[in-house]
Amino acid sequence: MFKNVVRGAVSAAALLSVSAFAAEPLGVGFVYVSPIGDAGWTTQHDIGRKEMEKNLGAKVKTKFVENVPEGADAERVISDLAQQGNKLIITTSFGYMNPTLKVAKQYPDVKFIHLTGYKTAANVGIANARFYEARYLAGVLAAKMSTTHVAGYVAAFPIPEVLQGINAFTRGMRSIDPKAEVKVIWVNSWFDPGKERDATLTLIGQGADVVTNHTDSTAVMQAAEEKGKYAVAYHSDMKKFGPRAQLGAVTHHWGAYYTQQAQAVIDGKWKPTSVWGGIKDGMVKFENISAAVPADVKLLVATKEKEIVAGTLTPFAGPVKDNEGKVRLEKGPMSDDALSKMDYYVEGVAGKLPAK
Amino acid sequence: MESFAPLIAASINAGTPLLLAALGLLINEKSGVVNLGAEGMMLMAAVIGFAITIHTGSVPLGFVAGALAGALLAGFFALMTVWLGANQYATGLALSLFGAGASAYIGISYVGQSLSNTRSAVPLLGDIPFLGAALFRQHPMVYLSMALCGAIIWFLYRTRAGLILRAVGESPASAHALGYNVRRIRLSALLFGGACCGLAGAFLSLVYTPLWVEGMVAGRGWIALALTTFATWRPARVLSGAYLFGGVTILTFHLQGLGVPIASQLLSMLPYLATIVVLVLISRNANWIRLNMPASLGKNFNPNQ
Repeated sequence: MFKNVVRGAVSAAALLSVSAFAAEPLGVGFVYVSPIGDAGWTTQHDIGRKEMEKNLGAKVKTKFVENVPEGADAERVISDLAQQGNKLIITTSFGYMNPTLKVAKQYPDVKFIHLTGYKTAANVGIANARFYEARYLAGVLAAKMSTTHVAGYVAAFPIPEVLQGINAFTRGMRSIDPKAEVKVIWVNSWFDPGKERDATLTLIGQGADVVTNHTDSTAVMQAAEEKGKYAVAYHSDMKKFGPRAQLGAVTHHWGAYYTQQAQAVIDGKWKPTSVWGGIKDGMVKFENISAAVPADVKLLVATKEKEIVAGTLTPFAGPVKDNEGKVRLEKGPMSDDALSKMDYYVEGVAGKLPAK
Repeated sequence: MESFAPLIAASINAGTPLLLAALGLLINEKSGVVNLGAEGMMLMAAVIGFAITIHTGSVPLGFVAGALAGALLAGFFALMTVWLGANQYATGLALSLFGAGASAYIGISYVGQSLSNTRSAVPLLGDIPFLGAALFRQHPMVYLSMALCGAIIWFLYRTRAGLILRAVGESPASAHALGYNVRRIRLSALLFGGACCGLAGAFLSLVYTPLWVEGMVAGRGWIALALTTFATWRPARVLSGAYLFGGVTILTFHLQGLGVPIASQLLSMLPYLATIVVLVLISRNANWIRLNMPASLGKNFNPNQ
């Protein structure tokens, strides 16, 4: 008898507390394409998620699912998250675009944000970052630190986003050193530490004394450290993998954006937006610059950064020539449309794009 | 010439994990068992070898631990297929998936740690111009894998035990009738194969890229499986095939760096393409099949029936 009373009281209390809290915080679900890991694409999204939690406190309750394959599985995970009562769902890989749109149709009262996609809907907003702005700064620094005038770039697949990075880096280098050359090796994989390492060693063997990459592992940084060369980190700070090698890091920052989007949902003011944020918006940074970099070089990079924020410097302002001499843009800044279709190497990149 | 030596050295280095794994798989298949779990065994060995080396500071111990991890999984595979009669292909695939998941779980706390350079040169020989740089500045495991290939050739074609192993792969029923314990022989072959795949995995995380990250084997287990077929179950061809596959990757990188336009995607699929071509060729030639492909490959054998 007494036991039943206690049990009843406990469950009533539990119910009360659940309803008292469950009604309050906004459920935010995240879908990650890989494990959170230590230094990659997903790591930065998870840092963003935590930052949002810190900023909004008890107003949000987040949930994430990692290592979700793109395609049919993603659809199931996204609709699970919607069913569990999350009112804002953030999907963080290109391949989630169609699954996100499909689930969004079934849950019109749930808001969705898809990263790196291009399709929006009444309840689906999109966002991406202008990584190439920070790549330009990395190129400026690389040109100042290179003695061979050759930089190496380990790249995954020849899609516009990767080409923007290669080209911006090259233009950054060339703005300082007109003799600079960037050699590119495609490894045809987002993630294969063995290949990334071999590609790096090949580039170093061919004279590159600064390397960088658009792939997901830390192998490039480690190989550069081992060979006593410089490297620019991508995604995250990789100082711990290359304490002497790391010149700086091109990093992503999603926290502020996620916070602002969640706040908009809480306030009932959310609208589907299409955001392509750069350094000015705090979504991309060139940071963790090595102590080995001389003060005047640091100052130069900082000046260029200010110019980018002010809008007086854009990495792809005309004239933009491709590496076969064809003029791709006469003058003025390149349109977002042209940027998102980039399929050529700019002047200064060695070789030809594969399959062209 | 100067830039050619590192190219050869890098090709041999890149081919070594393929060679180790493919030699083990060759012994498996000579006994009539296909183990598709190579990728999973390599991943488990990579993480366990790495963990042991981080904690003890000893690379050889890491290799031993990796080999044991591979053998342990292979023992489990043997129990399932040789004793309980489970389908070899399905069990192997399950082993691969299990290895991928379990290694990721075990490895969580090791992500981001790295070993210092574990390569070393052979004294004196490493200083020989050209040849030294190409051949004698590798990790000892590279030379061991070459020696292993020689030992396997000798074992398969020059020893009685090798003959029995091949007989089991050709016709387990006849070997059984002659009084050989088919199950025990297949178990030993599988344990050896697992240990070799383990060495291959440990080579990746200890020497090739001295770090652990989830999924770092990146399909090399599958390439090794393709390689045994590509080499038509001949150890010497496994060796040349491994260095060829390793060399193709390195050469692509080299040419790309020099600005030679080639479709690198095409070269990524070359190992598999070459294997398909070989399969088509050998299936057209009855002699090749009779000579090389173990006749009972993939078929379970139950001595009690």
